[in-house]
Amino acid sequence: MPDGNVLLEARGIVKRFGDLAANDDIDLSVHAGEIHALLGENGAGKSTLVKILYGSLQPDAGAVSWQGRPAVVGNPAEARALGIGMVFQHFSLFEGLTVAENIALALPPDAAGRGLAADVRAVSESYGLPLDPAARVASLPVGVRQRIEIVRCLLQRPRLLIMDEPTSVLTPQEAERLFETLRRLAGEGCAVLYISHRLEEVRQLCHTATVLRHGRVVGRPDPKTASTADLARLMVGADIEEARGRRGDGAPAGPVRLAVRGLSQTADTPFGVSLEDISLEVRGGEIVGVAGVAGNGQDELFAALSGETAAAEQAVVEIDGRPCGRAGPAARRRLGAAFVPEERMGHAAVPGMRLSENAVLTRHGTDRDISVGGVLRLGQARRLAERIVARFDVRAPPGDPEAKALSGGNLQKFVVGRELDRKPGVLAVSQPTWGVDIGAATEIRRELAALARSGAAVLAISQDLDEILEISDRIAVISRGRLSSAVPAAETTREAIGLLMGGAAD
Amino acid sequence: MRIELRQRTEDSRLMVWLSPLLALALTFVFGAVLFAALGHDPLRALYVYFVKPLTDAWSLEEIVVKATPLALIGVGLALAFRTNVWNIGAEGQYTVGAVCGSILPVMLPEVQGPLLLPAVLVCGVLGGMAWAAIPAFFRVRFGSSEILTSLMLVYVAQLLLDWLVRGPWRDPEGYNFPESRLFEADAVIPALAGRMHFGTVIALLAVAALAILLGRTLKGFEFRVIGAAPRAGAFAGFSERGSIMAALTISGGLAGLAGIAEVSGTIGQLHPSISPGYGFTAIIAAFLGRLNPVGVVFASLLLALTYIGGESAQVALGISDKIARVFQGAILIFVLACDVFIRYRLHFLPARRAAARAEDAP
Amino acid sequence: MTGFEAVILTIVTAATPLLIAALGELVTERSGVLNLGVEGMMIVGAVTGFAGAQLTGSPYLGVVASMIGGMALAGLFGFLVLRLAANQVASGLALTLLGLGLSGMIGEAFIGQPGLKLERIHIPFLTDLPVVGQVLFGQDPLVYASVALAVCVSRFLFRTRAGLALRAVGNNHGSAHMLGVHVIRTRFLAVLFGGACSGLAGGYLSLAYTPQWVEGMTAGRGWIALALVVFASWMPLRAAVGAYLFGGALILQFHAQAEGIPVPPQFLSALPYIATVAALVILSRDRWRARNDSPACLGQVFVPDR
Repeated sequence: MPDGNVLLEARGIVKRFGDLAANDDIDLSVHAGEIHALLGENGAGKSTLVKILYGSLQPDAGAVSWQGRPAVVGNPAEARALGIGMVFQHFSLFEGLTVAENIALALPPDAAGRGLAADVRAVSESYGLPLDPAARVASLPVGVRQRIEIVRCLLQRPRLLIMDEPTSVLTPQEAERLFETLRRLAGEGCAVLYISHRLEEVRQLCHTATVLRHGRVVGRPDPKTASTADLARLMVGADIEEARGRRGDGAPAGPVRLAVRGLSQTADTPFGVSLEDISLEVRGGEIVGVAGVAGNGQDELFAALSGETAAAEQAVVEIDGRPCGRAGPAARRRLGAAFVPEERMGHAAVPGMRLSENAVLTRHGTDRDISVGGVLRLGQARRLAERIVARFDVRAPPGDPEAKALSGGNLQKFVVGRELDRKPGVLAVSQPTWGVDIGAATEIRRELAALARSGAAVLAISQDLDEILEISDRIAVISRGRLSSAVPAAETTREAIGLLMGGAAD
Repeated sequence: MRIELRQRTEDSRLMVWLSPLLALALTFVFGAVLFAALGHDPLRALYVYFVKPLTDAWSLEEIVVKATPLALIGVGLALAFRTNVWNIGAEGQYTVGAVCGSILPVMLPEVQGPLLLPAVLVCGVLGGMAWAAIPAFFRVRFGSSEILTSLMLVYVAQLLLDWLVRGPWRDPEGYNFPESRLFEADAVIPALAGRMHFGTVIALLAVAALAILLGRTLKGFEFRVIGAAPRAGAFAGFSERGSIMAALTISGGLAGLAGIAEVSGTIGQLHPSISPGYGFTAIIAAFLGRLNPVGVVFASLLLALTYIGGESAQVALGISDKIARVFQGAILIFVLACDVFIRYRLHFLPARRAAARAEDAP
Repeated sequence: MTGFEAVILTIVTAATPLLIAALGELVTERSGVLNLGVEGMMIVGAVTGFAGAQLTGSPYLGVVASMIGGMALAGLFGFLVLRLAANQVASGLALTLLGLGLSGMIGEAFIGQPGLKLERIHIPFLTDLPVVGQVLFGQDPLVYASVALAVCVSRFLFRTRAGLALRAVGNNHGSAHMLGVHVIRTRFLAVLFGGACSGLAGGYLSLAYTPQWVEGMTAGRGWIALALVVFASWMPLRAAVGAYLFGGALILQFHAQAEGIPVPPQFLSALPYIATVAALVILSRDRWRARNDSPACLGQVFVPDR
């Protein structure tokens, strides 16, 4: 355990957004040379706290000191001047600019001069993070983009490096390489504030930990000695159900209900991914998980399943034995399929429309009582929305609110519930619990399992490997637009999946 | 002191309707300052401009006459804007509608009968639809911005009209004035009372039809979803291209109808200045009316009042009637400014605290 | 002067206001703001420029007045869309409508007055050179200024840190904010620059192109400038090339009429507008490239978290 001097100290940090106290009297101290985990569920206040430390938000109360002296971090530039660097979860890169331009923007003007490209090469190679300064970010894969962010921070010779959920976009192997870089930095005396909700990697990597819940500090466990269950209990505030693998709970798989045969399509945008000869069968009663790092064709695969992009031939997609490759989403829903896309706002739901209208969105073609001869029955839609809200425990403001008034987790429960309420025979779902708190995520996974048990075929696309391992009967991996063959979950390992995610051949 | 915006969790339903009233109040204040700056007694000038036209029957009739094309075009634009289709070429669609509607009465004046008027109106609608279909096709097929293409076609339409009434369609008995022959009786929309004609009834029917379409039907829902979140629309199984095409051609058809109704019902012949910018003023009507068909009717009446008020102010006070355009622009600016209250709460920070949170003040 | 020289000269004078206005809008759009009010700012610039010259007796002060006129309207637009987060498309249209109205009112007093003309420069010997003399060395000062402006804007955007920051704001305003770039301030300055350029372009029309005030004298040139920005795929030097091509199209009709080509004059007058539509359509066919170059945040509202 490193015992460097206290580098950063925050006392009594308070930040309110309207009625919500995102940070409520938080204390935090980070020592030089330590890797300090900041743990908490979505919405616990982790991101708000680090945005305050990084100067992009201002606290309503509380004080920050840096190396023993009071500091006011008015904006990110001041934070960087102090020696605080940050790598964001959703990258803060400019896709239209080059790698060098992206880095120059974050550096003080005198450091961003002509020698920059050489500096970039030197630093990136010394840390094993190779980069081409002249490349346009738009053309680079996710892992490389994270490298840009890290190199950008390292060029500023930071004393404290803040990393927000850095492994969520990496394969296990890439994550391991990142950990080595971080350990090396810590060895050089740099402090790392490591934000995560992945308990296993926190135990593996971090020296100290601070756990947040509902905007408050609820514990400072020692990650080296605490068990995963201890950490989870602190984060959630109660015992959570252990991950219940569906493996071996026995029901024999039924007939093939969803089939994809030889799906190939070229990307229609410069940033899209081409799909190459994807074949897949999902039987009634089983959940097939599709693992993969973001941006490897998940969106394209989902769109091909839902009918948002039509296949070249009718026979490419079959739902319950009926070819529907050329059919649109409404027609596929009428065949008994249902879909939940990754993005809630603007894809699964219209933010500015009421829940009743959002219920109409995917039900107008299948529920005869909602649209009669082209005329909407709004009362009927309202009752449907109320039923979904009640059955799936959606916490929403009263009186048919707009979708954007719901929290992420509750809206996700609504859009999942909207499909489950129909009792579909086939369900394709992408990122079922992305950005959802643990309670709601557990509930959603349980519902998916129940649906499969009732005889439906469920296809779950997820970047969360833990989730895939938890819920799937069979697992396939998507990488660069190719899908590996699905193998029974019991016969594979995290490492094997990780290799496939990284693009290793079948 | 500085202003800071905080997003509301939900749009304020109250402010949706209060905002145009607030904008109107601000327009009056602006008007008072403007009149004072021009050396007039502001209260008297405001009275002459905004109230006096409401006190005599002739002006009231005239307001209805002018509100008719505005409402017809405005509801179509409300539909288009809700679909997130920026048809700003309604003036051109209006013009082409007027031209196409005039084909029968001008080129075949001997054709008469009870079916002539419906045929004339249908031709006008088709003309407007066709003119709007050009930018719609380019947008759907090639992804070209309909904003610029529809606007460019306004100039082309006006030149087309100009050429017709100075060239092939010029009335041989018109003393060389650039105007077509007068419409025969069967091609004229019958009068309602005074200068008002049945076009107003058609406009109200169109408003009712669009209100039902937008609020009560699956097709209208489709337009709104595509406008608010095209990806969600595709996910719902709606066709974005189809909606764009439909929204543009419907709004074009209504503008075309407005054009031929104005020519047939109010003017009685074609000449180069058949519109005091109705196609552009209707954009204001659509926004002031909250992109809501019924709201557009009220907004159109108000904007018609700015036209009549301008004439009234010119006669009574000697103020340039250009002031009408200024008022119309100001109303739209104030509406857009006041709409901030729908989605955001305003917080006023004292200067000291604002400085401590220094960012971003222009 | 030969006929050829005359054609080139008129093309240059027709292209200059398009180029100036397009450069201003290009900078505005690079920062992520779509200002559809170019036509309105231009016509106000035309009238304030004319009025300024008439009242002070100096066409150069008129030029300054035209820029102030355009900037005043741009400031209003900036307040609406940046401070009050209003819809940019609608606000730009409002600006155009307001500008057309205001210019009509202000200009009423000046209708029919003979204007002051921005004189062409004359450098002895150089200007008198055959063929190229008048074209290269005999233009009015704003022609040279517009070409210099294109080069300066290009260097500013791609060779300076401030230009990099401006492009970054247009590319991803959230990230720019996180890095400590002042998003709203950058955009406001870009909008003001756009306003000054539009105003100046209008001033060029009423002080150099046809030194007089005519209502609606911009005749859609502001909209053509907007199309030019798309045509140039947000590159300043391409905007210069585009402006001269469009200037050529504008001038073609006059010369075609003068040559007595048996086509109705209205058809020839419609050519620049039809050419604009055609250019827009041809360019947007190449959607891949357009998507790469266009500022990703164009037209999007930015409200910082606090």
